[in-house]
Amino acid sequence: MFGAVTLDSYAFLPRAFRTMFEAAPQFEHEPIWADFTKPLNQARIGLLSSAGIFIQGEQDGFDVERERQEPTWGDPTLRPIRSNVCQADIGATHLHIRTDDLLRDIDVALPINRLGELVADGRVGSAAPEHFSVMGFQQDGAEVWRTTTGPEIAARCHAAEIDALILAPA
Amino acid sequence: MMPILSDKYRSSRTLGVQFPFGHSFGAVDDPEMQRRTLDAALQLLVDAPGPETRVDVDEQWPGDAREAYKNWQPDEPSPIVLHSMEMIRQARAAAKPQS
Repeated sequence: MFGAVTLDSYAFLPRAFRTMFEAAPQFEHEPIWADFTKPLNQARIGLLSSAGIFIQGEQDGFDVERERQEPTWGDPTLRPIRSNVCQADIGATHLHIRTDDLLRDIDVALPINRLGELVADGRVGSAAPEHFSVMGFQQDGAEVWRTTTGPEIAARCHAAEIDALILAPA
Repeated sequence: MMPILSDKYRSSRTLGVQFPFGHSFGAVDDPEMQRRTLDAALQLLVDAPGPETRVDVDEQWPGDAREAYKNWQPDEPSPIVLHSMEMIRQARAAAKPQS
């Protein structure tokens, strides 16, 4: 860890949940690492949000009705979000957060427009043609994530020659 | 949002932000804040010296933090919260001495 500031991870979390997260186990797997050696101004960057975003009229929303019936299940499926999607076409289904702000301004959770500006300024080489949206609450659905959704995202990243994917939890 | 979880999962590179849930890159209609956050994430991608690198962003949420705390939460508790509350209620009821 480096950097001069350490923030409060629990600042916006209801107090009742703090103990649960504090008790979460420390994982002891091998370090995860991939070098990033390409200059940023030559790299293709993709984005992933877990805010439950989808494209209205083209994609189904996430299955919140099943989650209501099975509270420990979260929809583990994927919604590719093309980089030139219009704000008016953005939908969101998520039972754990209010989605009003991202329905008005997708960049609060999936900054496709800000990334486009950084490309235009020459800071970033290019934006991925499509970004990714998932639904963040995963418990009983996590196995599908491991076996299907995660590998599909990786395959799409490879096919689109994405050099790095920024993962943004909601 | 909760970089302490990234620490527990031993993520490779983590940019910590103290923003309300659902707002990973900043406030609505604040493109400068969103851009600063994205740019910081990209800089971390370039600069991180090795696994488990975490940098926390030194930026306060604009406006009243108590309002932001209330505003990110849905009108109805999520199903898992309702489920957990019911489990707690049942456990307390079972532990209560019978009269």
